[in-house]
Amino acid sequence: MQIRKTETLPVRNAADVVGVRQAVRKWAVELGFSLVEQTKVVTAASELGRNMIDYGGGGTMRLESLDDGIRRGLRLHFEDKGPGIPDLNAALRDGFTTGSGMGLGLGGAKRLSNEFDIKTAPGEGTHITITRWKGVS
Amino acid sequence: MERIPILKMGRCLLVSIQIDMDDRTAMTLQDDLTEQIVKHRAKGVLIDISSLDVVDSFIGRMLANTAAMARILDADTVVVGMQPSVAITLVELGLSLKGVRSALNVERGMELLRTIARDLTGEAEPDADQED
Repeated sequence: MQIRKTETLPVRNAADVVGVRQAVRKWAVELGFSLVEQTKVVTAASELGRNMIDYGGGGTMRLESLDDGIRRGLRLHFEDKGPGIPDLNAALRDGFTTGSGMGLGLGGAKRLSNEFDIKTAPGEGTHITITRWKGVS
Repeated sequence: MERIPILKMGRCLLVSIQIDMDDRTAMTLQDDLTEQIVKHRAKGVLIDISSLDVVDSFIGRMLANTAAMARILDADTVVVGMQPSVAITLVELGLSLKGVRSALNVERGMELLRTIARDLTGEAEPDADQED
């Protein structure tokens, strides 16, 4: 697996979430993603970016352009140093929220991605990784 | 922060969202719309989202809440022009926008609002409202 390009953006406020969407869109277009693929990965990034601000005290998003020899893809890392997620199963359930949102962010972002990985522990922050491959539904 | 303009046409309010809104801009639009509905005694609200290439759960919730608030204030809301890729993504995200009426484009949306108004009053709504 080759990482062809990488970039890190700060995610601290509502305006940064717009920046996240624009950057992810730009990279997805560069990778030749279809319009639906672009929209799915941009929407997932928007959910995870907002979550990080609402629950993780802000953090960063790292973009990686991937090439595994057969496929090209986009991997996004969302990292915060917030309180972590105490009950991961509950947090992934649709409709579960400890805030004012709809509780669709985590589960929704997972459904919109080809690969989803989350590492979290109380007091140690949260690191969510999503990957979307070109041409994989 | 940018502000989305709201146009008044007869008893309807028209909004066309042309920018990638941040969350505060979206909340301001929701507040502005509810205020304008009361101020102009609007019976219909048409929100054109054909320029939006992303509708995430926050924007989706804003649209659903606006429609619910408008209903309580005696106005109907139609969301028009959603891009197919946005519709596909919204459903996969888990947001069905129940309670939000939709139409393919502005023209059909206006037709729908007129039909709703006619059904409620038993006659056609006047095109222009001269009194305010």
